[in-house]
Amino acid sequence: MAIDKIWVLAEHADGAPTPVTLELLTEARTVGSTVEAVAWGPDVAALAAPLGEYGATTVYDVGDIGDVLPGVPVAAAMAELIKGGNAPDAILFAQSYEGRDIAGRLSAKLDKPVLTNVTGLVASDGGLSSEHPIFGGNEIVTAKFTGGGPGIFVIRAKSFAAEPGGGGAATVTAAAVPDVAATNTAKVVARHVEERSGPKLDEAAVVVSGGRGLGDAANYEWIEELAKLLHGAAGASRAIVDAGWVPYSHQVGQTGKTVKPNVYVACGISGATQHLVGMKGSKNIVAINKDQEAPIFSVVDVGIVGDVHKVLPALIEQLKAKG
Amino acid sequence: MNVVVCVKQIPDPAAPGALKPDTHTLDRSGKLIMDDSDNYGVEMALQLASGEGDEVTLVSMAPGGETSGLRTGLAMGAAKAILISDDALAGSDALGTAKVLAAAIGRANPDLVVMATESTDGYTGTLPVQVAELMGLPSVTFAKAIKVDGSSVSVERQTEAGYDEVTVPMPAVVTVTAGVVEPRYPSFKGIMAAKSKPVDNLTVADLGIDASQVGAAGAGQEITSVAPAEARGAGEIVVDEGDGAQRIVAFLEQLKVV
Repeated sequence: MAIDKIWVLAEHADGAPTPVTLELLTEARTVGSTVEAVAWGPDVAALAAPLGEYGATTVYDVGDIGDVLPGVPVAAAMAELIKGGNAPDAILFAQSYEGRDIAGRLSAKLDKPVLTNVTGLVASDGGLSSEHPIFGGNEIVTAKFTGGGPGIFVIRAKSFAAEPGGGGAATVTAAAVPDVAATNTAKVVARHVEERSGPKLDEAAVVVSGGRGLGDAANYEWIEELAKLLHGAAGASRAIVDAGWVPYSHQVGQTGKTVKPNVYVACGISGATQHLVGMKGSKNIVAINKDQEAPIFSVVDVGIVGDVHKVLPALIEQLKAKG
Repeated sequence: MNVVVCVKQIPDPAAPGALKPDTHTLDRSGKLIMDDSDNYGVEMALQLASGEGDEVTLVSMAPGGETSGLRTGLAMGAAKAILISDDALAGSDALGTAKVLAAAIGRANPDLVVMATESTDGYTGTLPVQVAELMGLPSVTFAKAIKVDGSSVSVERQTEAGYDEVTVPMPAVVTVTAGVVEPRYPSFKGIMAAKSKPVDNLTVADLGIDASQVGAAGAGQEITSVAPAEARGAGEIVVDEGDGAQRIVAFLEQLKVV
């Protein structure tokens, strides 16, 4: 499977490509010679300039899909282009809500496998291999497709750094959605945005996360207060999200967000595989946990074996005193 | 209403995982348990299908006729199970597994198919939509709440920004996140009753699937190497003697964060 042409699923929010889309375009430029994007929405033309700047020469415009979830129509439009003789060698998807839906649908339509949880791509022997962290990121598995393309890769955010390539606006080409009436029936009837103060969790320079060790949902206030003092964002382990203490949008880890801040502070988090995968790439890691044997201590720069109920209030007080 | 829940039987996550040295696939030869992620799907299904004539059927694919994880779901209250166990399935990838599950689910003629968003051991997270596409069904992933309204389902679907309210006519595939409901613990009575609940054992041939489509033969991917990840340098770990907070402040100052 020689790698010539690569497609990137371009997701966008508030009129701009999402950060992970730009990361994937940048990586696609490195491993392929032609990069093209696929996007949907009422105004894909407005994305032609930023997508082009990061390397896409063409953007296939699926158009306005209305209120339906994108999985069915976007995968169908992509399959139609591919069956029409326009097949890329590889397709890169973000491991996002829509990315996984579209990749899964497309995989079944094309009868091609998917490789997910990709954190690295390696072009070798005229083919493309992908790297996947397993067992909490302690080991890296390298995998490749054995059959013909296109290879479908689903890639975790922050696996690559986004850098513009200086290209001009991409050419916008319409991509028609075939008749998918039978499956295209999941409709969004209302959207709810959860209020957030401070930086976004996956863009913050400092992330402070809390886990079961906090003992009680009310103690999550400490996490929010510390995050605010450090101009960062408040995160959470899966355990306390499952327990209903905080909304899912705060979850850091395999099932939640991948974060790579300058400083990550884990409070009362043991460091299950699920969590480590989402934060191990942080530049500096601080943890407070009362169990010295907790796996979180295997990835820290500074680890405090102690009770979060004592250390956190003291930390907040000292930072406040500093002003 | 017929609800099918897909249940994955996995090696106990509390035990250290291992890869088979020859194929680099996950070693599943030990005792298997029901994936904790599936507790939520089973509970959700039991709550949705609690009316007269409603029924929950579990569907699982596992090696060696393994039923210990299925018995957990049956003890919680599911009526019956379909188990696909076949040596030809060893080494199946997500798409191969989806083909098997889609064929088996179709036999139960469900109004609703509930699955976990992703498994704890493999976490590919694409299988449910692959199943939906193969069955020609709509799907809604990442449900944090589900309600049945006559012939359709309303779902609160998690998004980057919050959540969307999504409606979909049945039959449909819905994937649930952990925390969607509080799973019940099987009662003693449930555990006893589970022992005699029917488990339909099927092979790949029973489902009319060509063995070359599944298992290692059908998997269009292979693992070429496994290597230890770059380790982080050893950190400084101190036991708090009342100076823990101070140590963190000093570190943050050194990093010029404060």
